[in-house]
Parts: sequence; structure tokens; C-alpha cells
Amino acid sequence: MTLISEQQLPSIIKRLAHQILETYPGLENTVIVGLQPRGVFLSDKIVAALKQEIAADLVQYGKLDITFFRDDIRRELHLGSETHLPFSIEGKTVILIDDVLFTGRTIRAALDALLSFGRPSNVRLCVLVDRKPSRELPIQPDFTGKEMDTLTPYKVKVRWKENEGVDDVILLEE
Amino acid sequence: MALSTKHLLGIKDLNSEDIQLILNTAGQFKEVLQRPVKKVPTLRDVNIVNLFYENSTRTRISFELAEKRLSADVVNFTVSSSSAAKGETLLDTVNNILSMKVDMVVMRHSASGAPHFLAKHIDAAIINAGDGINEHPTQALLDAFSMREKLGKLEGIKVAIIGDIMHSRVALSNIYLLKKMGAEVIVSGPPTLIPRYLQEAMGVKVEYNIDKALAWCDVANVLRIQLERQNQPLFSSLREYNLAYGITQERLSKLNKEIIIMHPGPINRGVEMDSDVADSQHSIILDQVENGVAVRMACLYLLTGRTNPTS
Repeated sequence: MTLISEQQLPSIIKRLAHQILETYPGLENTVIVGLQPRGVFLSDKIVAALKQEIAADLVQYGKLDITFFRDDIRRELHLGSETHLPFSIEGKTVILIDDVLFTGRTIRAALDALLSFGRPSNVRLCVLVDRKPSRELPIQPDFTGKEMDTLTPYKVKVRWKENEGVDDVILLEE
Repeated sequence: MALSTKHLLGIKDLNSEDIQLILNTAGQFKEVLQRPVKKVPTLRDVNIVNLFYENSTRTRISFELAEKRLSADVVNFTVSSSSAAKGETLLDTVNNILSMKVDMVVMRHSASGAPHFLAKHIDAAIINAGDGINEHPTQALLDAFSMREKLGKLEGIKVAIIGDIMHSRVALSNIYLLKKMGAEVIVSGPPTLIPRYLQEAMGVKVEYNIDKALAWCDVANVLRIQLERQNQPLFSSLREYNLAYGITQERLSKLNKEIIIMHPGPINRGVEMDSDVADSQHSIILDQVENGVAVRMACLYLLTGRTNPTS
């Protein structure tokens, strides 16, 4: 079942970029951080959309890996990806970007990981799909592509051209 | 993907995917160590005992820092201040420690095979931090990490391991690792310090002429003369060793290329290596030490992922 089609996805990404710019005009004192590994596909596209609206050098963009901040190493071993934050986050607004917000545990880990780089003045969250009813921690997004209101037995799979050959979001039976 | 072994007893037991995995994970931890806050919570509630039956500075501090930066709980054990001095056996000591709920043992012992013996009798994961003249796997891994960082790869690089090969666990672990990763290895040093049949057993070339070895290699990994393990004179004097096999600036300047100089420490300055070489810009000795923490964090992390959550 398709949740977001290939036709809908570009306009959702564009909308998210616009909403970010409305809230943070010119991205002043604001940085964008995509979460590794799968949030980066989305953040790459949002950053590209931001650069169509404002000068490219105003967009400060980094990638954050949260593997070593997870709370489940003894359940499952995860392998890290690259972290690259080529700027200070001290006193800045950080916009975290991930593809799906599910239990909230990844974002909890991301907040811890982020704080080891400094003390941002505030942190905002932007996601493509918000699976609200499945939340296990008190974490909510500030910018949402699409919200899922119902508890579903399905897995939400965001597919990207780079990996899966198509840009869309589908529901898979677990 | 995970390691193929539960313990890290030696490079001999690892395959090339394991080595690749450890080195790549170490790269991520090296980045963690550049952050303003160098600590990650990943081994919270994991208990590790550092069991050192033999003296150590670098390795012990390096393991302890690695453990603490992963937020593990650490207990240190040194033989001189323990019941082992009263005659308790190794297995008794370890079983007593494990009954206090320890998940992992990092151990150094002067007897070759001591960690392998323990691995047969206990459940906790064991990391060998050097056993006699057998292996020192984390040293070989950090050496490989440092070489790869400098040269971009391991496959096809030419490494000369120079000096006291006979008594060196660093040499054996390095040979295993470099061969598994497709590097070329020759060993060089006085015939009395190179085991016979090494060439046949390990597939490495032996070159007794040190100048030829240096001219051939990209990397010279120079080992310490281990006087404490020699109970008979194997060369006439330290000064003569320096003249015949010591790495001197004069020797290096005769080469018409630059090679990378490594040493696992502690250095006998003026014996196997002169001070001006050890402190030169071609020496990556302090990079090796820095990388050691990241490599050990990677080993601890990957082995913890293999421990049973209920144990």
C-alpha cells in the first residue's frame, strides 16, 4: 500500500523546506542535521530545496550518527555510519531531520549525541512520516510531512531512488 | 554483521571481514574522540575487569580510557597487589571475579596461551592484551589502523617488521593481520632473534640485511629488544645491536624515499631506534598510541554486542 506516492513526495519536501524557512528566515543562526543512515536521504533533498530558496552558503548542513547512543546494544548490534558536523552547534537552532518518527527512541539518542558537540539554544525536529500512535517517549515533531493517525500492524518503509530505485513511502506487512 | 568470534584471543582466529569491521568501527570511534564530549553511553551497565599479570603502561591506560569513554564500569587488577601473590591460581582468581558479575575480561599474562585457557573455562568475553610471546591482537589492529590511515589501504603495502621477532607477540599478531589483509611482509633482524622456519610457517620473507629491508618497505615497524624475555645473550651488546640493526637517521637518509616509522613502545632509545628517528616527522609512533584508544573502543563495542543480554 502506498502512503506517499512518487508524485506527492517532491511537493511534500518542498513544503517542509518552506515551513522551515518561514519559521527561521534565512536560516539565521540555524543549522540542519540529518540523522544517519536513512534520515540523510531526506535531509539531502530538503537541503537541496532550501538552496533553491536562499543562498547556498547560508545553509549549514551536517550528518549525525547515533549508533553509540542507542540503548539496545545487547539486543542487537548496530554498526555506525559517518558523523560529519562541520560547524559549531553552540547557541544555534538545530533542525534534526529523520525519515520516520516511530517510538521516539532514535530521537532521544540523537538529542544525547547532539549534546556531545555543544549546547544548542534549541532543537527542532522535522520528519517525513509521523507515526504518532506508536510513540513510547514524549517526543513530537515540529515539521511533519505526513501524519499517520491510526495504529497499524504495518511497517512504514521510505524508499529512495539511491537505494531502492524509487522515491516513495509504502506500508509493508511485518 | 558481527564478529565471527566471541573472544578476541588473537588475530589468528579472525577473518578479513572481522578485521575490516574492527578497523571501520575504530574510524567512527576516532571521530567520537575528536568531539568536545568524548564519552558515549553505549556500554552503560557493562562491567569489565582489567586483569594485568604483567607490567604495562600504554596498553592498560589505553584500555581503561577506551572502557571509560564507552561508559563501562571498570575494575583494575594488578598481580603485585592481589591474592595471586599469595598463590591463587589464575582460574580461581578469575572465577572469583566473575562471580561478582563481570561481563568482560581484558587480560595480559606472561604465559602464552593463558587467555585461551581461560576462554575454555569461563563465559565472559575475553580480550587478550598480550600473552607471553604469542599474540597482542589490539596492538596489531591499531598498527594496521595507523598504516591504513597513512597509506589509504593495507592491500599490497610493504611492511618490514624489524628487530626482536623471536620474543615479540606484536610481530606475530602483525604478521597474521597483514597477511590476512593482503599486505607484503618481511622480517629483519639478527639471525639469533628470528625464529627458524618462520618463512615456511608464516609465509613471510626473512631479510637479514637491514638496509635492504628498509629500501624495500613502505613501513618499518620497529620492535623493542625484549631483554626481560632473553635468558641468554643473543647479541653481543646493545651498542653493537644499534650499530648493526638500529634505525638511525643515517640509514634512512641513504634511502632515496621516505618510509613510515612505527614502534609499539616502549622505545629503547639509542638501541633499536635513535631518538632523532623516533621524534622525526616520518614517525607515527604517537599516532599509534592515539589510535589505540579508538581501536580498543571498537573491539569492546563489537564484542559486547555478542554477549548474551540475560547473562
